[in-house]
Amino acid sequence: MNQARPAPSRKEWLLSDAPQTRRQARLGALYQGWLTFRGNKLAMLGLIVLVGLIGMAILAPWIAPQSPFAQNLANRLQPPSSEHWLGTDALGRDILSRLIHGSRITLFIVGTVALIAPIIGLFIGTVAGFAGGWVDQVLMRITDIFLAFPKLILALAFVAALGPSIGNAVLALALTAWPPYARLARAETLTVRNADFIAAARLQGAGPLRLLIRHVWPLCISSLIVRVALDMAGIILSAAGLGFLGLGAQPPMPEWGAMISDGRTYILDFWWVAAMPGIAIFIVSMAFNLLGDGLRDVLDPKGAKE
Amino acid sequence: MLTVDHLNVWFGHHPDRVDAVQDASFSVAQGESFGLVGESGSGKSTILRAIAGLIDTWSGTINVAGRPLTARRRDRAFYKTVQMVFQDPYASLHPRHSVDAVLSETLRLQGMDDIDRRIARLLDDVGLGRGFRFRYPHQLSGGQRQRVAIARALAAEPRLLLLDEPTSALDVSVQAEILNLLADLRAEHGLTYVMVSHDLAVVGHMCDRLAVMQGGRIVEVMEVGALRQGTARQDYTRQLIAASQGYARA
Repeated sequence: MNQARPAPSRKEWLLSDAPQTRRQARLGALYQGWLTFRGNKLAMLGLIVLVGLIGMAILAPWIAPQSPFAQNLANRLQPPSSEHWLGTDALGRDILSRLIHGSRITLFIVGTVALIAPIIGLFIGTVAGFAGGWVDQVLMRITDIFLAFPKLILALAFVAALGPSIGNAVLALALTAWPPYARLARAETLTVRNADFIAAARLQGAGPLRLLIRHVWPLCISSLIVRVALDMAGIILSAAGLGFLGLGAQPPMPEWGAMISDGRTYILDFWWVAAMPGIAIFIVSMAFNLLGDGLRDVLDPKGAKE
Repeated sequence: MLTVDHLNVWFGHHPDRVDAVQDASFSVAQGESFGLVGESGSGKSTILRAIAGLIDTWSGTINVAGRPLTARRRDRAFYKTVQMVFQDPYASLHPRHSVDAVLSETLRLQGMDDIDRRIARLLDDVGLGRGFRFRYPHQLSGGQRQRVAIARALAAEPRLLLLDEPTSALDVSVQAEILNLLADLRAEHGLTYVMVSHDLAVVGHMCDRLAVMQGGRIVEVMEVGALRQGTARQDYTRQLIAASQGYARA
C-alpha cells in the first residue's frame, strides 16, 4: 500500500489507460483506489490510528513502560502522573502498560472475528442466492433463526456453554456475527445471478462452483469489506462487553473490556481506571468507522467508479 | 445447421404462466444468416435463449448440427458449436475482469492451449489490437466492449453464433462498425448467424432470410429480397415494414 510518493513517470505508468501487462493493470487499479481513499481526510486519520494500533501491538513489550502484570499494592489507584501517565489500577498496575498490551488482545479478537464471520456469511449467502429454490429457503431460515436472537445474548449463551475464555469469546462472536453478512451477500448475488456476464460464462461451460467463486464472489466481496470495517466497532464493543461480563478474557489478561469492568467499582472516586480503557475502545472503534467510510468510497460498486 | 420445430417456451407456473413463444418452427442452413424480427416482447430473444440453454422451460425439438438438444443439460460439444453475443455490452462483461481475464478464462474453459497467442489473434480478429488486452471494461467504450464480447464468443471457434440485438445499445456510427465486423467474421470463419433485431434495416443488411414474429408466434418466414421489394404476404409484416420506413423518413 505504500505507494504514497511515486516518481511522476511511475505515476503515469500506474495510471495508464492502456496497461501493457497483467501486473501493471492490477497495480494501476490498486493505485486508483489508493488515490480515492487518500482524498478522504477522515478515512486517512482512521487508517493512521489503526496503523498506530498495529504498531503498538507488535512493539508492546518494548514500548510499554512496565509489565502489565506487575502489581504494586503500595501504589494502587494513583491518578495520572509523570511516573504513571494514565494512572494505576486497584492492584497498582500501570494502566498505560496494560492498555498497550491489551491492544494485542483487541486486535486478535477483531481480526479473527472479521476473518471468520464474513467468510461464513459470504459462503452461505452466495450459495443461497445462487442456488435458489429449497437450498435458499433452508439456508435463509437458519440465518433468520440466528438473527432472531439478540447478538450479545446469543454470544453469552455460546460462551456459557463452551466455558469462558478469550478463544471461546471470539468463536461466539464470529458465530453470532455472520447472519448480516449472509443476508448482504445473498442480496448482492441475486442482483448478479441473472446478469448477462454470468450467462456468457455459463455458455462457455463454466460450472456452478466456478461461477460462484470467480464471478459472483468478486462482486460481493467489496461490499462485505465495507460492512466489516463498519462493523468492527461493534465487534470491539461486543468483545469488550463479554470481557466486562467476565466471559471473555480472564484475569489478569489486560483486555480492555475487562479493565473497564475492574474499574467499575471505583468509577466515582478513581475515574481513570475505567475511563482510560474506555477512551481506548472509543478511539479504535471510531478509527474503524472512519476507515469503513473511506473504503466504501473506494470499493462500493455503486459509487462513482463504474 | 439449426432446426427448430414446434418450439414452445413459457415462464412461471399455472395461473401466472406466460407463454412467451408458441409453436415456432424454422430452420437455418449451414453458413446462412437468419434474422428474427418483431416488436419488443414478441419472443425473439426468448427463442435465442432457449437455444442457448439459458431457459429450461421449453418443449418441442431443437436440432443443432444434426443433434437434438435436451431441455436441461448441454455438453461441452454444444458450447464449442454454439455461442452467443448479448444485447447490452455494458452488462455482458464482468466489471472486475480485464479483457485478458475474460478471454483466458474462456479459452481455458473451452480446453484450448497456447492461450497467449490465441488471445492476441482474437483481439486482432475483432479489430481491437493488443493494447486492449489488460484493460478493464470501465476503460472501454460501448463499441469496444461489444468487440470484446464478440471475441469471447469466437474464442471457442463456434460454428453457430446467436446474436441478440448486438448493436441496439450502441451509437449509430458504432453500429455500422460492429455490423461490418460481424459480416467480415462470418465470411472469414464460415459462421452461421441467427440474429435477433427489431431493426429491419439491420436485418436487411445482414441476413439472407428472416422470420417475423408477433405475440410469441412466427407470422411469416421470408427471403430478404421480398423484404426489400415489400412483397410480404402477411398484413403484420407489411405494417412493420411501413412503420420502419415511416421512421426512416421522419
